[in-house]
Amino acid sequence: MSIAPSIEYAAETGELPGVGSTVPSGIEVPVVATRDLCRDPEPPAPGVFPFTRGIFPDGYRGRLWTVRQYSGFGTAEDTNARYRFLLEQGQTGLSVALDLPTQCGYDPVDKMARPEIGKVGVSLSSLAEMEILFEGIDLTRISTSFTINGTAAIVLAMYVACADKQGAARAKLTGTIQNDILKEYVARGTWIWPVRPSMRLIADSVLFANDATPRFNPISIAGAHVRDAGCTAAEEMAYTLANGLAYVDELIRRGGEAERFAKRLSFFFYVHMDLFEEVAKFRAARRIWARIMKERYGVADPKAQMFRFGVVCGGSSLVAPQPYNNAVRVTVETLAAVMGGAQSIFTCAYDEPFQIPTEFSAELALRTQQIVAYESGVARTVDPLGGSFYVEWLTDRMEDKILALMQEVADHGGAVKAIEDGWLQSKVAHRAARRKREIDSGEFPVVGLNRFAREDQSQAPGEVFRLDPQARSRVLEKYAALRERRDNAAVEKTLARLRRAARDDHENLMPYLVDCCHAYATVGEMVQRLTAEWGEFKEPVRL
Amino acid sequence: MSAEGVSGLRGKRILIAKPGLDGHDVGAKVIALALRDAGADVIYTGLRKSPGYIARVAVDEDVDAVGLSILSGSHLELVAETLEELALKGANDVVLLVGGTIPAEDREALRALGVKGVFTSDMQLTDVVAAVMDALR
Repeated sequence: MSIAPSIEYAAETGELPGVGSTVPSGIEVPVVATRDLCRDPEPPAPGVFPFTRGIFPDGYRGRLWTVRQYSGFGTAEDTNARYRFLLEQGQTGLSVALDLPTQCGYDPVDKMARPEIGKVGVSLSSLAEMEILFEGIDLTRISTSFTINGTAAIVLAMYVACADKQGAARAKLTGTIQNDILKEYVARGTWIWPVRPSMRLIADSVLFANDATPRFNPISIAGAHVRDAGCTAAEEMAYTLANGLAYVDELIRRGGEAERFAKRLSFFFYVHMDLFEEVAKFRAARRIWARIMKERYGVADPKAQMFRFGVVCGGSSLVAPQPYNNAVRVTVETLAAVMGGAQSIFTCAYDEPFQIPTEFSAELALRTQQIVAYESGVARTVDPLGGSFYVEWLTDRMEDKILALMQEVADHGGAVKAIEDGWLQSKVAHRAARRKREIDSGEFPVVGLNRFAREDQSQAPGEVFRLDPQARSRVLEKYAALRERRDNAAVEKTLARLRRAARDDHENLMPYLVDCCHAYATVGEMVQRLTAEWGEFKEPVRL
Repeated sequence: MSAEGVSGLRGKRILIAKPGLDGHDVGAKVIALALRDAGADVIYTGLRKSPGYIARVAVDEDVDAVGLSILSGSHLELVAETLEELALKGANDVVLLVGGTIPAEDREALRALGVKGVFTSDMQLTDVVAAVMDALR
């Protein structure tokens, strides 16, 4: 298919690089989209099955998306101060970034943990630290998101215990915990245990939360990380939906009712720069998920058919050269997220490619969302692109592409098997290598990097973030003090009960974890007890 | 890729390693594939390895170079530890390279520690391969 003549001419003469004729997922795009190209030029109204145009009939009129900036670093005290700042600036949800020792289940004193304390998130080794993290913040009035997976069940238990300590009703807690271990094996790497016991723990936490914290989303099945690893938008969606089906199957295996738990499944994606491809990706996914839930699992309640998702704008689409350009990219991506119908949005700061955002860059990222929300008017009507020949056509094509990729995973035996034997990991690695070659060659355009770069261009990050060098020693001091003052005999008792319950597949481990947290057992202690029963995941290393 | 790039690393043994807890392994795998394409024998450790383990594999496998991939900001500590472990095992001749999210002002500090090359994600793969060849010359 040809591209617009003027652009073609410019590309030939070298005056202007061509814009290309395919979207990054590999779909050839018509020069002009017309009604007769669309399978369904007028999909049903928003709020109506299969929800192509959105899950709510009134879109953002009823309620704006949750503005949720990912943040956390150093000690719980440091992060508490940043949260209070963000809440004062009009942020409507918290998103907790945790350091790697907490994510991988090591206490700060562990040799593996020491270099990483407080680096990519806040150190949260026990309930004592979480109490400091949320000091002065009423947990019933704020929605909190935790990006945690390997130790998600522990952190969810800790959050419930923290609410208990605050005197906040568990049933009033709102928020989301990522709790998606499958993609950790593929792309993010914070796994601890083998796939099967990890799946059990996730099912336990989802089923526990359905009863104890019915307004809290106990899982956010995430595509963002495989996308960041180099996958296309269609692959991101397909692999994530395939993982979603694996969780649904496991939840049913452990006695859950799809009609009930499916209302609390949520998803999480990246939004990259191809605006209409991203919008079409979300519209197609709503349709696919609703149909699968209805047709394959017999789910009748529309709420349990709805595909709800949060997004992050930025990530690997941001680059270090000419760093301020990233703020512009994030604006385009935010528009795509809104027109795609996201329930929550996190906008990356322009300095994310090279450092933890400063207060300045974090505020600019927050303002970007607020400008799109309150000045652009894009949130005023539901699915403003609905009925656009191009968007409806692209939604059809993305749906086909995503379904075909999902079938590939199914043909391999499903997501769990594809991950256990490293098939998916290898696929993603090769995809990443291809993406890197496309960027190096200029085939995939990135302004300031492979197009319009200058020899003398600014690489300056502006303000530089510096982690308080004392953070690590303060974390270690507080950890030692906790172990002095808590009732160690009581801790041992709760840990022993946890270990016994881990042996019995019929037990739900969550109440045991909540007890451990209340006794101020540490994350590392709980993880060690479970590892003693389950062993560790053996990574299938292949290139 | 240039003609030199296709076979310029033939006969070289390189260990690509992930020290510490950082789980972002895409960069490590992309580099491993690129070095392999350039003719090197590449070994990849997988995630979450201690500096002691990495040094042991480097010695056991008799590698010419170790490439550490670190995106968590812990590069100064982990590089220093890896160099110590290599020295303890008498492997001072192994060339140490580092890639990841490395702020500009830390690059000199890493070189001062003894690192022979620092790589970031905005570098072209052909440049990375060329720099590795230089470091191993």
